[in-house]
Amino acid sequence: MSVIAPAGAGYEVVVGRAADDKPRPVARRAASAGAEAWRRVWFSRWTRFLGPLLILVIWQLAVTVDHLPANQLPSLGNVWSTARDLIADGTLQSALLTSLRRVALGLLLGVSIGTGLALLSGLSLVGERIIDPVMHMFRTMPVLALLPLFVLWFGIGEKAKVYLIGWAVIFPIYINLYAGIRGVDAKLVEAGSVLGLNRWGQIRHVILPGALPQFLTGLRLALGVSWLVLVAAEEINATSGLGYLITNAQNLMQTDVIFVGLIVYSLLGLATDILVRLIERFTLSWRSSFVTK
Amino acid sequence: MALQLRDEVSADTEAAVRVRGYGRRFGERTVLSGIDLDLRDGELVALLGASGSGKTTLLRALSGQDPDADGHVTVPRERAVAFQDHRLLPWKRVWRNVLIGVPKAGKAEALAALEEVGIAGRANAWPGTLSGGESQRVALARAFIRRPRLLLLDEPFGALDALTRLRMHRLLRELCARHHPATLLVTHDVDEAISLADRILVISGGQVSLDHWIGDDRSARTGTAVLALRARLLAELGVDPNTSHVTKEN
Repeated sequence: MSVIAPAGAGYEVVVGRAADDKPRPVARRAASAGAEAWRRVWFSRWTRFLGPLLILVIWQLAVTVDHLPANQLPSLGNVWSTARDLIADGTLQSALLTSLRRVALGLLLGVSIGTGLALLSGLSLVGERIIDPVMHMFRTMPVLALLPLFVLWFGIGEKAKVYLIGWAVIFPIYINLYAGIRGVDAKLVEAGSVLGLNRWGQIRHVILPGALPQFLTGLRLALGVSWLVLVAAEEINATSGLGYLITNAQNLMQTDVIFVGLIVYSLLGLATDILVRLIERFTLSWRSSFVTK
Repeated sequence: MALQLRDEVSADTEAAVRVRGYGRRFGERTVLSGIDLDLRDGELVALLGASGSGKTTLLRALSGQDPDADGHVTVPRERAVAFQDHRLLPWKRVWRNVLIGVPKAGKAEALAALEEVGIAGRANAWPGTLSGGESQRVALARAFIRRPRLLLLDEPFGALDALTRLRMHRLLRELCARHHPATLLVTHDVDEAISLADRILVISGGQVSLDHWIGDDRSARTGTAVLALRARLLAELGVDPNTSHVTKEN
């Protein structure tokens, strides 16, 4: 065997056949084919459900193996039938609708105000000097500690809950949009002004699109916060809504109902995440990570 | 012939750009001072200078982006700028980028401008998917759609590879010949200046230290004339062409 090409210590054939013309070991090929199939399996979107499924399995195992009393950890089947009952008599739907309405109104309020303040503060020096310190002062107040105050001011009706959600939502929106506006590439702003864009044109074509990715990050955080605050608001004083459903179940020792409520919350979290992903895919299609090859 | 033509133009009082006593200080540091300069319609002027000499500062003043400068500068309202980094807005498709700041024009005009720089096929692409050369073509389309009387180019080919740069040189010459803007090309590349410009300015020590007219004289761009000019420009820029040659061989 005459080998001219460098071989042995320090060299490795990375493309094509080795210089001694030996086929590569069969075992390695088979392994790489297997790895390829394995990779394909993991790339399919359905594998995203494996984690949640695993949780359910562990849950059911805990119930059957440990024989936990149903008022501590109800079985899957128990929760499922409770959910069906709650849906059948319309309790769950009406609670969900009430809660969704509160969150939607709160978000509308908070996102509008947060966006407005961030625009004022991000686009003008005067706005920044006046608004920014105040925002950072309020931001650190625990929202839940404000709940008694909101009840005092706005009563125990819908207003207090919606306003509290709105209040909590203002901050993630404000902070992210403000940072997004201030972070827009100064070179693009200069290019815009050289191209003859006036102030409004700059804002519309350069600054706002440039700040959009950060705004959506803020929106994602805001959606999470809104559910969190909703539950707290509903658990303290309400006669309807998901939080009320859970608090009521707690008083009546209905652990299965508590579980149904919690599962609905987690599904809502999932749904809002999908919603933001869709918005991102639609509005940020220019970003290279979304550009289809 | 070229000289005569130039005299005819300068007899016409209408210069595209008129700079008198221009200067610029940043705090205590004076970058440029006492600069007088006229650019005529259709003239392609290369502005050479070492890094930090103030070339880009002067260009920014001519683009109207530096109201704090000293002196008196008059430029046409129809002007366009292209930068070394293309500065296309990544969230607008190529044809919409061409139309930024040209509210009266529509997609047809944008396509025509892209056609002119040979890149109409990428009109609907996102800027993030373009190569460096393609991006600069779009930047040129965005400049020429404004029908500028003054075109300011800030090292537009500095980041391109050698082959792409040669293609872009030819493209720029064609576009300038067709549209006749007064063009100021800021560059640090002596060879680029010699091959493209009608006239070469060198900035050093805060002044225009050399104002050399090449014009239509083709012989000035070939043979030994080029070597002499090259040596002279390099010397003006503070580089001794002989020593730099020797150090390269070592």
